[in-house]
Amino acid sequence: MTDIIAEPEGGDRRKGSLLAQDTRTQKRNAAERRFQIYGMVAVSIAVLALVFLLTSIVSNGIGSFSQTFISLDVVLAEDKLDKTGSRDRTEMAKVSTFGYAPLIKAAIEDRIAAEGIEIDGLTKPDALISKEAAAQLRNFVLANTDRVGDTVEFKFLASGRIDGYYKGRVTMASAALDRNISPEQLMLADALKDAGALERTFNWDFITAPDASENRPEAAGLGVAILGSLYMMVVVLFLALPIGVAASIYLEEFAPKNFLTDVIEVNISNLAAVPSIVFGILGLAIFINFAGLPQSAPIVGGLVLTLMTLPTIIIATRASLKSVPPSIREAALGVGASKMQTVFHHVLPLAAPGILTGTIIGLSQALGETAPLLLIGMVAFVREYPGAPPEGFFDPASALPVQIYNWTTRSDPAFVERASGAIIVLLIFLLIMNIVAIILRRRFERRW
Amino acid sequence: MPLIWLIAIIFALAVLGFVMGRGRAVASAGGDTRGLHSLPSYYGWNVALTVMTPAFGLLALWLLIQPMWIESRVSAQLPENAISETSTRELVMSDVRRVAEGLEAINAPFGGAHPVVNDAYLADLREQIGSVGVALGSDITVGVYDAARSFRTLSGWGGTAMSVVAFLTALGGFSVSYMVTNKDFRARNTVERGILLVLVAAASIAILTTLGLVLSMLFEARNFFAAHPWQDFFFGTKWAPDFRGNSELAILPLLWGTLYISVIALLVAVPVGLFAAIFLSEYASSRVRSLTKPAIEVLAGIPTIVYGLFALITVGPMLRDYFALPLGFGQSSSSVITAGLVMGIMLIPFVSSLSDDIINAVPQSMRDGSYALGATQSETIRQVVVPAALPGIVGAVLLAASRAIGETMIVVLGAGAAAAQFDRGLGELVNPFQAMTTITVKIVSQLTGDTDFSSPETLVAFALGLSLFTITLGLNVLALWIVRRYREQYE
Repeated sequence: MTDIIAEPEGGDRRKGSLLAQDTRTQKRNAAERRFQIYGMVAVSIAVLALVFLLTSIVSNGIGSFSQTFISLDVVLAEDKLDKTGSRDRTEMAKVSTFGYAPLIKAAIEDRIAAEGIEIDGLTKPDALISKEAAAQLRNFVLANTDRVGDTVEFKFLASGRIDGYYKGRVTMASAALDRNISPEQLMLADALKDAGALERTFNWDFITAPDASENRPEAAGLGVAILGSLYMMVVVLFLALPIGVAASIYLEEFAPKNFLTDVIEVNISNLAAVPSIVFGILGLAIFINFAGLPQSAPIVGGLVLTLMTLPTIIIATRASLKSVPPSIREAALGVGASKMQTVFHHVLPLAAPGILTGTIIGLSQALGETAPLLLIGMVAFVREYPGAPPEGFFDPASALPVQIYNWTTRSDPAFVERASGAIIVLLIFLLIMNIVAIILRRRFERRW
Repeated sequence: MPLIWLIAIIFALAVLGFVMGRGRAVASAGGDTRGLHSLPSYYGWNVALTVMTPAFGLLALWLLIQPMWIESRVSAQLPENAISETSTRELVMSDVRRVAEGLEAINAPFGGAHPVVNDAYLADLREQIGSVGVALGSDITVGVYDAARSFRTLSGWGGTAMSVVAFLTALGGFSVSYMVTNKDFRARNTVERGILLVLVAAASIAILTTLGLVLSMLFEARNFFAAHPWQDFFFGTKWAPDFRGNSELAILPLLWGTLYISVIALLVAVPVGLFAAIFLSEYASSRVRSLTKPAIEVLAGIPTIVYGLFALITVGPMLRDYFALPLGFGQSSSSVITAGLVMGIMLIPFVSSLSDDIINAVPQSMRDGSYALGATQSETIRQVVVPAALPGIVGAVLLAASRAIGETMIVVLGAGAAAAQFDRGLGELVNPFQAMTTITVKIVSQLTGDTDFSSPETLVAFALGLSLFTITLGLNVLALWIVRRYREQYE
């Protein structure tokens, strides 16, 4: 009988216990833990970056939703506004905004006197009020000519610096160096605030008003930009969805496997990765220079964004067509439907939720796209709202992301707050679109 | 007749066609739909589509060709002396167009007694046109006036002819398709063939887009290379545009900035994205995964303008105040590293979701084999999973690189506008706290604002765009090829 369980020769079998790890195992386990930590660090870097990004934008931009207003009683003096006394609107329209500025100046001086505010070295108290106020006053007077001669209470925008003072952007020290505001004027603002003439309220104008010029950031709003973006999204929706769905149906259900189909497929996956700015060049060269469409028009922006969104929609639609099981098609064909009837009556309705979700995601990409719109002239300063569709599609307009870019290029720091605020608006729109997409997917998606 | 009315009339004709075609088919079968070849509505659709498709196709073509034809006709009859020395034919033509528009707006009579055209008449005309809101930059000359009149006459004729021809086409389609409608007509097959054609047309828009992209850039880039030597563009070392002419327009300084920023972005995005993907797919519990994965994907849904602003107002000043100024590297808040870092954050989800897919595609049997040999999880990942997934990961990195090279808004707001200067020495070239510009930034800056499409300073943007397109296309094709080959390996 041979010795089966003989001890190995030499007897150098590793001595060790199951309970105590040897150094090599310890090292390997340490490496394991380190590796896991690297992973955790990477994930936390990504999440922290997101949190940092969002807090930075929100903390910078939240201020733009509230604005400082000053309430004043303005005497609409007849001898200044309507010298002929005829109350004729065309006659009164000859008084420009310069003619209204003295009324505002008088109103604030009256108020200071009435409250008994005394500040040494105070000059130009009307610098507290936005330059937009004269236009506001003029519009009111021209709309209500019968009120001339009355004393009317107005809520004027405070100037950008005063607004910045209450948002922490302007301090006494910085005001001393500033040509546009003085510490005395800030003290006056504080005194008016105590008297209840100055208050900070929610600012609807930020969302509805048009853009304003370089030196009146307090009046700048997003109205034209939101409308322009909306028009572009309408164009994208009405072009990209039908074309994208038709193209996907062809490629997924009908296309024979041949060279041409392969070329189209490679093309679509490449188009999805072409830099967006190249689409801007296409829009400039073809839609504006060649086809002669107007610059800064939502129609051109919409066309460019349509071409950019098509690959996204096609890829999503094809995936959702693919996920409809072949048994559905076979059943339809089996009861005598034609290929076309099978697709349009059975496959397409079942794929619809997926297509819709893909479309919304494509639209939300298009909504945030900036670079191609810069090239087709949408950076222009537009104060007029575009008209009603369909003519409005050809009117000059701005777009949300372009408006943000536009504001970042201006020198007044108040515009940085405006830009961040506009980003909050943009992100809210994107959030709504994505939530709708998720709800649609949860509600209607079928697992086969 | 306004276009919208023409379209409405054709639509109405189509609806009428639907009803009548359907009715005729049913009548021909004696009211018993079982006798028809196709379902009754197919006969209606057949008539409606035959009314609409040719008419609208013709309309679209006409609208595209007519302006070009009129333009060339009028331009050809414009006498040489109508173009002053300081002007060009294109500028005069735009005057002609505006005068024609003005004549239309004041509703000037077409024919009849022709007034004496003299300076007084033209000055009066300019005033009249101005009063209806068409402002003219310069006085109307006799040549321009005549050209504008013929322009207007031709457009008027063209519009009328278009309406008549489109209407007749619609009517023709109606009668032909109505005549062929009877119970044995294979209406379904005809309609389905028509729909298939529409589907094919939609699918070929992808090809048309690519063609449009390439042709539009090639055409203008050719104009650029006619005005500027190509050797200077590709091999020159200085970017110094000067709108008075004699500019140096070389792509190399811009390419350097582009690549430098992209490399920094990839140095951030690739390790973070890859480790995040590994952690989420191999280690994380399903609860952690369900929380962090969407959070990382949110980063992908944020528009680039938001990243740009983040770079401009937060990251840039922070890097300047805490690193560049104390270390004496410069005082610019827009810099290579600002743009690179922020772009890296933007690319994290891109790398991580692609790598995630690829790592998940590695067969479980390979992991199981490794575990069976006693490897720890991290050893399995490092020595089995990642090497197996490497080609796919390389593909993902290449795709991310192509994204980085083509990214615009982050560099516009974060990287600055000064081109790299090769003659200042290596120190400035590689200083990451230095402002540096990229190809995309220069495309934007050369094509926004007042542009003159005959000067090389504007046209260079198209050559830059073409180069950018070529680089990114090359990277994409390579990456897609690698990824596809890799996927096939395990299928």
